[in-house]
Amino acid sequence: MSRWTVLLLLVLTLAGAVVASFAFGAKHIPFGEVVDGLLSPDGAENSLIIREERLPRTVLGIAAGTALGLAGTLMQALTRNPLAEPGLLGVNSGAALAVVLVIGLLRVDEALVYVWAALAGAAVTAVLVYLLGSSGRYGATPAKLVLAGVAVNAVAVGVTTGVMLLIPRAFNGFRFWQVGSLGGQDLGVVLRILPFLAVGLLLVALLAGPLNTLALGDEAARSLGGRPGLIRAAGGLAVVLLCGGATAAAGPLFFVGLAVPFAARALAGTDHRWILAYSALLAPVLLLGADVLGRLLGSPGELETGLVTAFLGAPLFIFIVRRGKVPQL
Amino acid sequence: MNGALRAGKVRTRGARVPVRTFSVCLGLAAVAFAASVLVIGSGDLPIPSADVVRTLTGEGTQVHRFIVTELRLPRALTGILVGLALGLSGAVFQSLSRNPLGSPDLIGFTTGAATGALVQILVVGGGTVAIAVSSVGGAVLTGMAVYLLAYRGGGMQGHRLVLVGVGIAAMLEALNSYLITRAELREAYQAAFWLTGSLEGRDWDHVKALGVALAVLVPFTLALGGRLRMVELGDDVARSLGERVEQSRGLAVAGGVGLVAVATAASGPVAFVALAAPQLARRLTRGSGPQLLPSALMGAALLVVSDLIALRLPVRLPVGVVTSVLGGVYLVWLLGIEGRRER
Repeated sequence: MSRWTVLLLLVLTLAGAVVASFAFGAKHIPFGEVVDGLLSPDGAENSLIIREERLPRTVLGIAAGTALGLAGTLMQALTRNPLAEPGLLGVNSGAALAVVLVIGLLRVDEALVYVWAALAGAAVTAVLVYLLGSSGRYGATPAKLVLAGVAVNAVAVGVTTGVMLLIPRAFNGFRFWQVGSLGGQDLGVVLRILPFLAVGLLLVALLAGPLNTLALGDEAARSLGGRPGLIRAAGGLAVVLLCGGATAAAGPLFFVGLAVPFAARALAGTDHRWILAYSALLAPVLLLGADVLGRLLGSPGELETGLVTAFLGAPLFIFIVRRGKVPQL
Repeated sequence: MNGALRAGKVRTRGARVPVRTFSVCLGLAAVAFAASVLVIGSGDLPIPSADVVRTLTGEGTQVHRFIVTELRLPRALTGILVGLALGLSGAVFQSLSRNPLGSPDLIGFTTGAATGALVQILVVGGGTVAIAVSSVGGAVLTGMAVYLLAYRGGGMQGHRLVLVGVGIAAMLEALNSYLITRAELREAYQAAFWLTGSLEGRDWDHVKALGVALAVLVPFTLALGGRLRMVELGDDVARSLGERVEQSRGLAVAGGVGLVAVATAASGPVAFVALAAPQLARRLTRGSGPQLLPSALMGAALLVVSDLIALRLPVRLPVGVVTSVLGGVYLVWLLGIEGRRER
């Protein structure tokens, strides 16, 4: 199968997942009414469910999935470490810390405030990690970035846990946020994050080619006229925008960003332009699929997307790791 | 190459342990001991360090003897032993995966131990002993699952072990969050406290159980140091030098999982020690290879110092919170120094 065929198949799968996300849920709605609800809303119960519940979470699934898939691929390429997930730059832990502080100290529990707090927290930690990882003459080498991420993450997680244990109110809000879910957001929240994702997407499009030179190593990249420092800085910015935006709206769904690039590499080989394209399509398929499954299995309530994503994605991930040629760490 | 440098090299090779590594180990042990003395001295009734030492050597007043040996010594010893176990286990897995991210925290073993305990706390509702037993069970089951899934075609490569572990960890992590969201707030809070890792209320039963297990596991794992060093050279090189790579790896995984399991059973999953200790130790000794003993001692020092800080804080926080922050800041500082040295 050529790469274009695979791409076409992935697009079709994503279309199928989107249709499924509209068609299935806790309440059974005939397909005809689903289409009516989208095209000509009449204010009836089913029409409301489609527009207020299923539309936002489908849009969020596509947006957050694409963002996390791309951010994960970028992160693994920038650090040349297949264990790197988008959260490694501190995006998730910074967002979590900000959310806990907002719930615990400011006593706010509004989704929109969470979004801004999470974005701000993500940006601050990511800048810290980047500055620390790029200190010294050689700039941001993969090994230093990884360790800097680990160190800053640990501090943020420690403070988060401390605040959480001292203020039970923060703990109660946080334990639901941290599972990660596509449900329960209105379209307004989802639309707020789209500009961030759009800029991130644009950066990724510009970086796709240069990432291939970076994969050869910093020295080789430099001798080919590439600029590793610039590529890493721009890539870091893209990760923050993409992963920060997705995390702000859906909570930490980190496993998507870790696992999907593996599947994409298994399909695409070594060319980052293709890996990125496949990741951008595979990740929303995984997220939407997990979300639909969570709605069906958890009926009459639902299982959180984060939970189902892990249980759906991890066996696939292990299968790929077992049979494929996995790059050396 | 100038003469002085060559002489230095010869001397290093002649001694079985490089001088720098030896002094780092000695220093870390001293830090761990001093911090333990201060930990024992801290509490509602403060005891001066001199009195603590005197009481430990068998003198001192009756009151001091009771407070020190019955109440506070077990806590300090548990801290040291848990730290040793976590540091050593972290060094083993980072050596096997040749990746600083390959620590037992990230590849499922600690998470598995936590899942075992959470099931016991939130679903079954057992007491302290039951929690410890099911957390060991959780870690061992996870270890076996990861090993079996990573074993394929007559070989288990280190990186595959880590990746399979990451997959399993993701599932267990999700399961843990699920259990916590479905529980009542009070029980969920208790579980979250346990998940942070704490040394509060540890008594001689903990120390005895931990001591017996580690008396077997620590020497066993330390003895694998030479073999791990060979495995680090890569499978082909190690094999050509006559090393039985698969066997070494299997033994190392068994030792590492055992260490994490008993440590987690005693204190809960204390964050970050297993990940940070080997990296910190490596930066201090500037040595190559697995650095098992320095990592273990670094783990002990890190945990006891963190416990000391947790005791002196104005609010009651479990030690796991402090290890993350302290270990993270320390690593940030060392990275900063390295960055400056490169300039």
